[in-house]
Amino acid sequence: MKYLTEFRNGEIAQRMAREIHAAATRPWKIMEVCGGQTHSIIKNGIDQMLPAGIEMIHGPGCPVCVTPLELIDKALAIARQPGVIFCSFGDMLRVPGTEGDLFQVKGAGGDVRVVYSPLDAVELAVKNPDKQVVFFGVGFETTAPANAMSVHVAKRRGLKNYSLLVSHVLVPPAIEAILSAPDRRIDGFLLAGHVCSVMGYWEYPPLAEKYITPMVVTGFEPLDLLDGIRRCVMQLEAGRHEVENAYERIVRFEGNQAAQKLLAEVFTVTDRAWRGIGVIPKSGWRLSEAYREFDAEERFQIAGTHTAESPLCRSGDVLRGVIKPAECAAFGKECTPRHPLGATMVSSEGACAAYYNYGRFLSAEELAGAGRTVLASQQVSESASRQGSK
Amino acid sequence: MKEMMQDAKPDFANWSCPLPLADYPTIVMGHGGGGKLGNELVEHLFLPAFRNPELENLGDAAVLELGGGRLAMSTDSYVVQPLFFPGGSIGELAVNGTVNDLAVSGAEPKFLSASFILEEGFPLAQLAAIVEAMARAAATAGVKIVTGDTKVVERGHGDGCYINTAGVGLLRPEISVGPRGAKPGDAILVSGTIGDHGMAIMSVREGLEFESQIRSDCAALNGMIAEVLAAAGASVHAMRDPTRGGLASTLNEIAAASGVGIEIDEPSLPVRAEVQSACELLGLDPVYVANEGKAVFFVAPEMADKILAILRANPLGKEAARIGSVTAEHKRMLVARTAMGANRVIPIQIGEQLPRIC
Repeated sequence: MKYLTEFRNGEIAQRMAREIHAAATRPWKIMEVCGGQTHSIIKNGIDQMLPAGIEMIHGPGCPVCVTPLELIDKALAIARQPGVIFCSFGDMLRVPGTEGDLFQVKGAGGDVRVVYSPLDAVELAVKNPDKQVVFFGVGFETTAPANAMSVHVAKRRGLKNYSLLVSHVLVPPAIEAILSAPDRRIDGFLLAGHVCSVMGYWEYPPLAEKYITPMVVTGFEPLDLLDGIRRCVMQLEAGRHEVENAYERIVRFEGNQAAQKLLAEVFTVTDRAWRGIGVIPKSGWRLSEAYREFDAEERFQIAGTHTAESPLCRSGDVLRGVIKPAECAAFGKECTPRHPLGATMVSSEGACAAYYNYGRFLSAEELAGAGRTVLASQQVSESASRQGSK
Repeated sequence: MKEMMQDAKPDFANWSCPLPLADYPTIVMGHGGGGKLGNELVEHLFLPAFRNPELENLGDAAVLELGGGRLAMSTDSYVVQPLFFPGGSIGELAVNGTVNDLAVSGAEPKFLSASFILEEGFPLAQLAAIVEAMARAAATAGVKIVTGDTKVVERGHGDGCYINTAGVGLLRPEISVGPRGAKPGDAILVSGTIGDHGMAIMSVREGLEFESQIRSDCAALNGMIAEVLAAAGASVHAMRDPTRGGLASTLNEIAAASGVGIEIDEPSLPVRAEVQSACELLGLDPVYVANEGKAVFFVAPEMADKILAILRANPLGKEAARIGSVTAEHKRMLVARTAMGANRVIPIQIGEQLPRIC
């Protein structure tokens, strides 16, 4: 099965990790932008393979995490309305709004459905002409083409019962916001490979130049990530600050131009609030004038929702890389995946949930101990089986 | 947020421990997902209400001392959609699921009950197909369906056909394989590939259809388990069938019940390439995906190879594998050694496994 195992080869990974160890002479902080990369780093234990000085900072690239609470509250309000079929990607269902989540709306009789593609939501609208079908269109440039295609198709087919609740966000303005912040701690970036597969990486050289920061387009498999980190460290050690492509099998400089053309037709750049971070100018997309009739916020005039963030939650600081999840006082105490206070604890891509789930709440000694016992018991079982064969 | 939660908290005055349930005042799908939410219902609602020594064991089946003999009793309800899927139907599931719950408790399954809740308008031809499947499955497993019940609900109040089965079996003497029996040093074996059933269902679920060769692994395990127990019963310390919530939930439950740590070697997990691919595509982790014809064995390490050979000799256990071991370290925690040589904790899931966005 191509791509399932060839980019997960443990031996090659160890060799790449050794190269990083050999190259790194100073501590560096590298931010992986995309939540999918955070997930893979933690799931595969890539961070455990790096030299102590190389610190991975988990960026604001999880769509679930950065979708503003206000919009979640709007989603809940729309999903509660009779005659609405509310469609969403799976992991938005457990994100807590100010009052409850989409699971609870479903439990209370709301028609909330998980779909894998917004085009499935369009089909639902065709099959249910007496219902209003709303798709919760969140995410970065990666999910945008499919969302754009859904309204494009809906318009072509003259559907009056399909709309999009849009909260699209864009990577380059977020990177610029992080780089221009006074408490900036990031030395280099791993750019989000799948965002670049759509948009290309022509937007990044001016940022790398302006902020003297190396950026490497990086994929999601363990070897992709290690290669991205290795190239980033090499640049930092050599004092270079270029935009490199370490995901050549997927990403081209100019990106997917058919998708970009559709995006330009359907969406318009707008200021966008990022949960935990605040408003970043020109950092998102809304539906363009030509498609305004498909905007769920226009179609459902939602008023009077009360939005209140948890005062304990420091997800904004986590998303900007100012603190690590475990440095938040509520981490693992008031805030767990079972009782999330902020969105970073909800999604498996959220930095807090990733840390909590994959053992970052263990002390370093405990983790090291766990590794030793695996090895020790393997030795025991090997010697036991040898004895058994005598 | 915190204030909000307190405001929303309903009156749980009669409950022994209201707090862990407070943030979901109504039932959500996750309460049936085989994860933490379901466990909390058991722990904080059912157990306090029904408390008795037989229930408190919380095994797959209750152990009953009756008339000088020891019986195992188990019940399960089946609400799968669609009713027919690649590799089986709700009929096979209803028989094999209860047979397996008895078998992994160390019992020899004997008798089953079958109750049907049918929706007005449900095609009789489909019911006949389901009942035939049940009859075939019962014959294969060597159990008799000896009592039953039928109820019909109005159209719109059911999902075609729900089935409940209960079963009793005779416990083998001197066999103790409850979830509390895992010991540090034990080797962990799984009887075959994981995730097949869950992905087979996914592949035909409405709105999600994808073409695949994946078939449900639905099968009665009592024959294979009987072979293992006859040859090495004293060396099997714990057994369970990893159904809802998958292998990860089962291993976490045994780690918690036995007060031990569990280590698995991730590359050694048997997963079909099609299942792995489908999981990658949908953003799911096969360790959380349901199985209906697999068992996990915690066995004395010196007997692991022998038991593995017995499993592999059985057609249902051809792809059995040794996947890890039990440790006295990191108690109540499941730690996986990744292909990269790093460690990760695999937690019990909260509710349903949610597909990731991208």
